[in-house]
Amino acid sequence: MKWITAIIKPFKLDEVREALAEAGVQGMTVTEVKGFGRQHGHTELYRGAEYVVDFLPKLKIEIAVSDEQAERAIEAISSTARTGKVGDGKIMVFDLEQVIRIRTQEVDADAL
Amino acid sequence: MRFDRLRRPAALVTGALFALPAFAQGATPKLDSGDTAWMLTASMLVLLMTIPGLALFYGGMVRAKNLLSVLMQCFAITALVTVLWMVYGYSLAFSTAGMHAGQVDLHSIVGGLDRFMLAGLKPDSLYNTVPESVFVMFQLTFAIITPALIIGAFAERMKFSALLWFTGLWLTFVYLPMAHMVWSGPGSLLGDLGVLDFAGGTVVHINAGIAGLVACLVIGKRKGYPTTPMPPHNLGYTVIGASLLWLGWFGFNAGSAVASNGSAGMAMLVTQIATAGAVIGWTAMEWFTHKRPSVLGAVSGAVAGLVAVTPASGTCGPGGALVLGLIAGAACFFTATKLKNKLGYDDSLDVFGVHAIAGIIGGLLTGPLAAATLGGFGTVTSLSGQLWIQAKGVGFTIAWSAALSYAILKLLDLSIGLRVDAEQEQIGLDLSEHEERAYNL
Repeated sequence: MKWITAIIKPFKLDEVREALAEAGVQGMTVTEVKGFGRQHGHTELYRGAEYVVDFLPKLKIEIAVSDEQAERAIEAISSTARTGKVGDGKIMVFDLEQVIRIRTQEVDADAL
Repeated sequence: MRFDRLRRPAALVTGALFALPAFAQGATPKLDSGDTAWMLTASMLVLLMTIPGLALFYGGMVRAKNLLSVLMQCFAITALVTVLWMVYGYSLAFSTAGMHAGQVDLHSIVGGLDRFMLAGLKPDSLYNTVPESVFVMFQLTFAIITPALIIGAFAERMKFSALLWFTGLWLTFVYLPMAHMVWSGPGSLLGDLGVLDFAGGTVVHINAGIAGLVACLVIGKRKGYPTTPMPPHNLGYTVIGASLLWLGWFGFNAGSAVASNGSAGMAMLVTQIATAGAVIGWTAMEWFTHKRPSVLGAVSGAVAGLVAVTPASGTCGPGGALVLGLIAGAACFFTATKLKNKLGYDDSLDVFGVHAIAGIIGGLLTGPLAAATLGGFGTVTSLSGQLWIQAKGVGFTIAWSAALSYAILKLLDLSIGLRVDAEQEQIGLDLSEHEERAYNL
């Protein structure tokens, strides 16, 4: 199983969610986050006082998938979240040791 | 150079010369219901300028942790000044006992205490053609907004207790004599000089603006200024506040005719024109130098225009108002954005950069713009002569406000202390002074 974390541009969320659903992903967790990468920040100017805003708002998506699903899920995110401009974000994939559905106590593939 | 005397109806000339004329000699004043209705309305409009107008205008510009402190300061000033005004404020500002035209003595500077606790005020007491109770209320709203304007200079760091002491002392020793010297009629110091100040450019705006500069110098910079970003937390509030100020200012300027007449109508129109001119002046300068027209810039320009036209609104024409607005907007863009950063003082919300500067520009240009040749309606015989009289009025106000404000602030700093401590400042005044939060999200 894989644990996929993706940082994306906030306005891309709906497209990514639809693409992941088509790829068979059953659930996801979304968090509003701030950070910077190569895009860096932007400047704001209030009555002549200039502030550099380093951290930009992004969304972090987290999904747990089976090994077979992983390829399609990564493809779904990378194709829909992409604008081609700096700041599109990153996809990070980890090995996932164990999953337990709390309600039924099912484990691993059954719990996904 | 000489200019023709005014070609306007006599009533307008009087209204223009003395914003708040004393009783006409001999004639028994009679209540006018139209005037009264307008002055009741104007009083409410000017109160609207402070709560919630100014409170929101300033509140949006501070950080989220200090929003309530600004709203509370405006609200508390409204209540405190009302009580002081009723007890002795109105008397010190508007008692005319012992005053004689052309005679300079203590009565020219401050009124007596014969109207202590509004003594002698009855339902049928009149001030010109309106009930005196309405005049007391109208002038009270001016006394409220003036100290409230100053809070922008020391926002985010003054103790609430110090704010209350400052308000009480500043009202008593700075505002009340100043209002008396300009508005109490024949025998008043600046009124007799011939200084034109229709609605309070000197008494309100220069007075508050200079006190603001002195206050931010005495209290010191906010912790972290200017290296830590301190962006406005909600410019939406600031836009709403500025819009309410713009609306309320019609009560301020057109109400200063103390009548529902041609002078009030013209004051309303030139106020609108100058304000629009200043929005365009500030925005154009900003667009040109920073490549972006900002919302904060546009609303700041509006306030600069409103301030600048205040002394001129009884005497300038529509064209003069436009020129005045454009100049004030462009100039205040420079003082609030460039000059402040260059000089390094922390006038948090630009009380000096906007109110004092626009007040001075308006105070000076009121003179020439009152001349008929420049489209004005005042009885100005010499452009340079009236400019000089205006300069004396402006200079006097600057000196008066600076010296007395400094003395009051130093006294308070040495006795009870002006500032919250560093930790309280870091937490924010909302929690440290009021144990509340503006936003529980």
